[in-house]
Amino acid sequence: MISRRNFCKKTMLLVGGMALPLTAFELFDPNKLLADKTDTAPVRWVFLVDTKKCVGCGFCVKACKTENETPYDANVTRTWVERYVVTRDGRTHIDSPKGARDGFTTARVDIGEGRFEEIKGEDVDKAFFVPKLCNQCDNPPCVQVCPVGATYQAADGVVLVDRKWCIGCGYCVMGCPYGVRFFHPVYHVAEKCNFCYHRITKGMKTACVDACAFGARRIGNIKDPDDPVTRIIMTERVNVLKEEYGTKPQVFYIGLSKEVK
Amino acid sequence: MKNHVWRPLYVALAIVLLILTARLFLVPKDFGVWERGYMYSWHRKGNEADWRAVKVKYKTTVYCKECHAREFNAINNSPHANIMCENCHGPALGHPEDPPTLTIDRHRDLCARCHALLPYKAGGRADIRGIRIDEHHPEAECVLCHWPHNPRQKGGA
Repeated sequence: MISRRNFCKKTMLLVGGMALPLTAFELFDPNKLLADKTDTAPVRWVFLVDTKKCVGCGFCVKACKTENETPYDANVTRTWVERYVVTRDGRTHIDSPKGARDGFTTARVDIGEGRFEEIKGEDVDKAFFVPKLCNQCDNPPCVQVCPVGATYQAADGVVLVDRKWCIGCGYCVMGCPYGVRFFHPVYHVAEKCNFCYHRITKGMKTACVDACAFGARRIGNIKDPDDPVTRIIMTERVNVLKEEYGTKPQVFYIGLSKEVK
Repeated sequence: MKNHVWRPLYVALAIVLLILTARLFLVPKDFGVWERGYMYSWHRKGNEADWRAVKVKYKTTVYCKECHAREFNAINNSPHANIMCENCHGPALGHPEDPPTLTIDRHRDLCARCHALLPYKAGGRADIRGIRIDEHHPEAECVLCHWPHNPRQKGGA
C-alpha cells in the first residue's frame, strides 16, 4: 500500500513535471538567438500589384501556366485575376472564369455552374481587376500546418513545396486564408505560386511580371532600399489582403477597394 | 521485478530501436531546421536547388531581339511596345534549336483580351481602344487589316 505521504510526494512530482514546457529542455543556443534578432538574409522577395493598371487581359495567367507547367485546361492556376463589378443597386459581382486565363472579353459575369449574368453598362458604378497570387507571408499558416516538413520558407522569404516529401494531406490547402494552394493534377501534391523561384534566383523577373504589358505586376527585394518596388512600398499608400489574419502577407496592392476579399 | 514484466519492455525497446535505425537511413542528410527556424524552415535543404533548376521557358524580349532586331525595333516604337514577344509567339523555350519555329497565335481572342469593349468608365481598360468583337468583322482575323507590330500601320501579317 502506498502511504499518504508518498502519494502526495509523487503527485506533486508528476504535476510539476507536466507543467514544465518542452522548451525548458532545449539547450540554449546563442547563435540561434542572434539569428532570430538580426535576420541577415540579403534578399526578401516582395510583390507589388497596381490594380489601377490592370486591364484584365490575363496574359499573366497564360504565362504562369505555361512557365510552371500547370496543366493548361485544368481549372487550377498559381495566379489568377478577379473582376469586381459594382452595380448601382449596391451589389458586387465577382468572377474569374478559368482564373482569367483567356482574359475578360465580355461584360457578362460568370456566376458559376455554366451560368452568366448580363450586366448593362449603364448599371455599372465601378469595375476593376485584381490579380491574385501567393502572398509569401512572413507568418505562413500553410507551413505551420504541414505535418511532414514538405512546405517551408526559404531564407529569402519564398514559401516552397517539396514535391518528393509532400504526402498530399491537404492541410495547407485548407490553411491558406487566400486560397492560393491546390493539388497539382499531375503530381498529386500541394502546388502554389513560388514567385517563379527558378527565374528570380537567376536574376530574371517572374513570368507574370514579364508578361504584363501594363506594369500592373512588379517584383522586388524589400531588403534593398534602392529597389524601386521597395521605394513605392515604403513611401506610397499600399495595402495587403486580409491583414487581420496576422499572416503578414508580402504582396502589396495599390488601389485596393473594400469590395476586394 | 520479475522477468515477465521486463520481457514486453524489451520488445518495445527493440521496436523503438528499429524505428530509429530505419529513420537514420530514410530521412535525407540535409533534412533539418534551416534559416527561418523550426516553425517555418523544417525541410529538406536540397529541395531549394530542385526548384532553382526548373527550366526557364519564357526568355523575354531581351532574348528575342538578338536575332529579330527588325521586329523588335518595329514594336518598340509602337503603342504595343510593352507587349512581350512571347505573349503572341509562344514561349521561346530552346528556340531556334527546340522548337525551330514558334507557334503564332493569330486568333481574334488574343487581341480581344485587351481590345474587347467593356462598358467600364474608369481604369486601364477604359483607356484602350475597344471594339465590339461580335460586330467588328467577326469573320476575320484582326491581323488581316491591323499589323500587330505597329497597330498604327495597316497591313496583314
